[in-house]
Amino acid sequence: MSQSSTITPNEKSDIRKEVAQHVSNWKGEEGNLIMILHAIQNQHGYVPREVAMELSREVGVTLGRIYEVLTFYHYFKLVPPGKHNISVCLGTACYLKGAPALINEVKSQLKVEEGGTTEDHEFHLDVVRCIGCCGMAPAMTVDGRTCGKVKPEDISKIIAETKSA
Amino acid sequence: MKNWIRVGCDTGGIAAGADKVISALEAEKASQKLDVKIVRVGSLGLSFADPLVEVGAEGMPTVLYGNVNEVSAKAIATDHLGKKKLVEDCVVASRKRGTAIAQKVAYILVKDTASSGGDKTEYIQTSIVDELKRQGVEGVQVVRMLDAGIYDRGIVVQVLPSEVTYVDVKASDIARIVTETVKGAKVVKEILFSEADKQIRVVLRNCGIIDPENIDDYIAQKGYEALKKCFAIKPEGVIEEMKTSGLRGRGGAGFPTWLKWKLTREVQNPEKFVICNADEGDPGAFMDRSVLESDPHSVLEGMLIAAYTMGASMGYFYIRAEYPCAIARVEKAIAQARERGLLGDNIMGSGFSFNAKVRLGAGAFVCGEETALIASIEGKRGSPTPRPPFPSVKGLFGKSTAINNVETLASVPAIINMGGAEYSKHGTDKSKGTKVFAVTGKVKNAQLVEVPMGTTLHDVIYKICGGVQDAKPIKAVQTGGPSGGVIPEQHLDTPISYENLQQLGSIMGSGGMLVMDKNDCMVDVTKFYLKFCVDESCGKCAPCRVGGFQLLQLLEKISKGRGSLEDIEMIRKICVAMQKASLCGLGQTAPNPVLSTLRYFESEYKAYIDGGAVYARKMAKILAGEAPSPAAPAATNK
Ligand SMILES: Cc1cc2nc3c(=O)[nH]c(=O)nc-3n(C[C@H](O)[C@H](O)[C@H](O)COP(=O)(O)O)c2cc1C
Ligand code: SF4
Ligand code: FES
Repeated sequence: MSQSSTITPNEKSDIRKEVAQHVSNWKGEEGNLIMILHAIQNQHGYVPREVAMELSREVGVTLGRIYEVLTFYHYFKLVPPGKHNISVCLGTACYLKGAPALINEVKSQLKVEEGGTTEDHEFHLDVVRCIGCCGMAPAMTVDGRTCGKVKPEDISKIIAETKSA
Repeated sequence: MKNWIRVGCDTGGIAAGADKVISALEAEKASQKLDVKIVRVGSLGLSFADPLVEVGAEGMPTVLYGNVNEVSAKAIATDHLGKKKLVEDCVVASRKRGTAIAQKVAYILVKDTASSGGDKTEYIQTSIVDELKRQGVEGVQVVRMLDAGIYDRGIVVQVLPSEVTYVDVKASDIARIVTETVKGAKVVKEILFSEADKQIRVVLRNCGIIDPENIDDYIAQKGYEALKKCFAIKPEGVIEEMKTSGLRGRGGAGFPTWLKWKLTREVQNPEKFVICNADEGDPGAFMDRSVLESDPHSVLEGMLIAAYTMGASMGYFYIRAEYPCAIARVEKAIAQARERGLLGDNIMGSGFSFNAKVRLGAGAFVCGEETALIASIEGKRGSPTPRPPFPSVKGLFGKSTAINNVETLASVPAIINMGGAEYSKHGTDKSKGTKVFAVTGKVKNAQLVEVPMGTTLHDVIYKICGGVQDAKPIKAVQTGGPSGGVIPEQHLDTPISYENLQQLGSIMGSGGMLVMDKNDCMVDVTKFYLKFCVDESCGKCAPCRVGGFQLLQLLEKISKGRGSLEDIEMIRKICVAMQKASLCGLGQTAPNPVLSTLRYFESEYKAYIDGGAVYARKMAKILAGEAPSPAAPAATNK
């Protein structure tokens, strides 16, 4: 995978084209670094190291400064997500209405830690803060789809549906 | 087309299944060849009843349905539109309350709102049906409703279309309702509910009513008229109007909006910026998301007015990346406004030129702080910088910058249209106007409410939101999120204002209002908030970085049953040090939840200290939902 440092010349040229495209989309916009990183993450689901390196070359910003930004913001991911991504909200409303029990249920059913991916790379679990559906707390998103008023006993069904989808 | 259906398609509505509802409605429309326009609108704010569907059919009163699914959607098409029959168990009663029967009664809605004693809704429904029959009345449908908007007032009956509403209705009143109201078109005074709706919609005026992705819908609601008016009264006139209105910033600090604009206007700088702070960092609050998704043009118009007043040429919406729907709708609003010449050069021939862009946050609470937000838009880490220099002097890219919250900006066009004096009629002496709150947690009906300042917390929670879930006793209300504090039960009749909340040791904040019942553990909740602030601290200054960490360790120690009374004293000392010495608002306010729970619920901390590890283990089990909750110790009166 693109995680390793051995990438083929073909992949390298793809990355170069991709980064050049993102950069040209944001050309002339002051302070565009974060917006470019968003575009990269949207495309890959995370910010691969090779792409960050290419970006550093392309825009002439040191890799150190790019990583300083990437690591500061929780939203940016540095490792590839799973095939399916579960984010359980741990905002205040959800916390009070039983989100910790949901997180425990997902963890034990999938044998995965917070921020981790299952061994078969099928599922990735994130704990996030408020997805704006506090009226339906506790809430979670599965592959971008929001589920509200979730109970621990709903988890196995949600996982099964996601697998078969 | 005369018939319309509005489906609430904000993030909340969509999560609750609005898309499926629309598909079902579209399918029925096609197969039954219905003459109806189906519109995607934003959110009316009644989250507890999502997805919401409002129906306007010719010759029928407008009816709002809640918790709609594919089955009830089909019934709406077939029965409501097809047969003029309302759908059972879905109607959300009108919050307008009529005082006279101006039109023939066509529908009678019923709901038992008593919190105990078994649900008598069906019994009353049958009794009314029987009575109508006995008196020979035809053509009146009796329907069970989902929500009456009135709580703990026994049987509630609302007759449509006049919206006359009766409460505490007894079986013995039924004959009179039929004889006097249905047949005689007269109101039965003894049971009439005449309390006006506590809510006033200024910020939320268009939310859930217009299509947020259609600029013409906004223009039809006086959209962009306020801007035009501002061009006529000139910047000085706008500042005067805003001053009269008394509007204070809704992002938390409550700084007078007119003054911020005046100060920024006075700075001599050829290039200025306006930023809309849509980072909505308080986890558990969703006012700004809802407004951006439901009425983005009102925020954009507010930004245009702010920019015109201060002489800014560019505006940025700084929106959290976690709000994809809000981002998409704001981008669309900007594109539409540009197409219409409402953004760009020489807007409406005024000589004023302005553009707006969207910039995304990336999950950092501290970026809600002004200097950190500016650093983030500049593409850097969101580290706060000392003030002065204030952003109004040296802000984004070194230029003079004014930052306003979403709700603040959304209020502006409404204020200009109604006049500052009219707006200032709402509210208290020093806190004018209306405020939107996201009421969540252990509340019966979680929702957005917009009330005039000065409304009591009690009214918001009990009269509007129906009280505590499962009718449990309330313990406290938390306002202001991680920077705020708790307000215990004995202070719930406090009128909401910046000053009053501060006096009670909390803050207005951006509008999160979290209800906690008697079983919620204050030490645990405090730990939750503090952990949030420790995670979100940017680490730049020691009081916040080190102090927060030490506080958290002390709280951990106490919640494991290993704490002592000296620890509580130490906690107080660290809190004061953080408040005084932290560089930015995050560190200065992070101790608030701690100090506030210590003020009102020290007994809960002491219970951990006295009870030791045994008590701590017992509480941990209860908090994990593995054991039933006992009665928690009472609040200390202060
Ligand atoms: C740590 C921290 C977080 C904040 N988060 C927000 C926020 O999410 N939204 C917001 O509008 N203001 C937030 N503020 C307040 C803003 O810095 C600023 O005062 C406000 O946006 C100004 O707009 P207003 O005058 O219209 O209220 C935050 C402040 C601090 C110190
Ligand atoms: S108070 Fe906290 S968040 Fe603010 S600058 Fe200091 S360390 Fe950073
Ligand atoms: S707190 Fe979970 S969605 Fe807001």
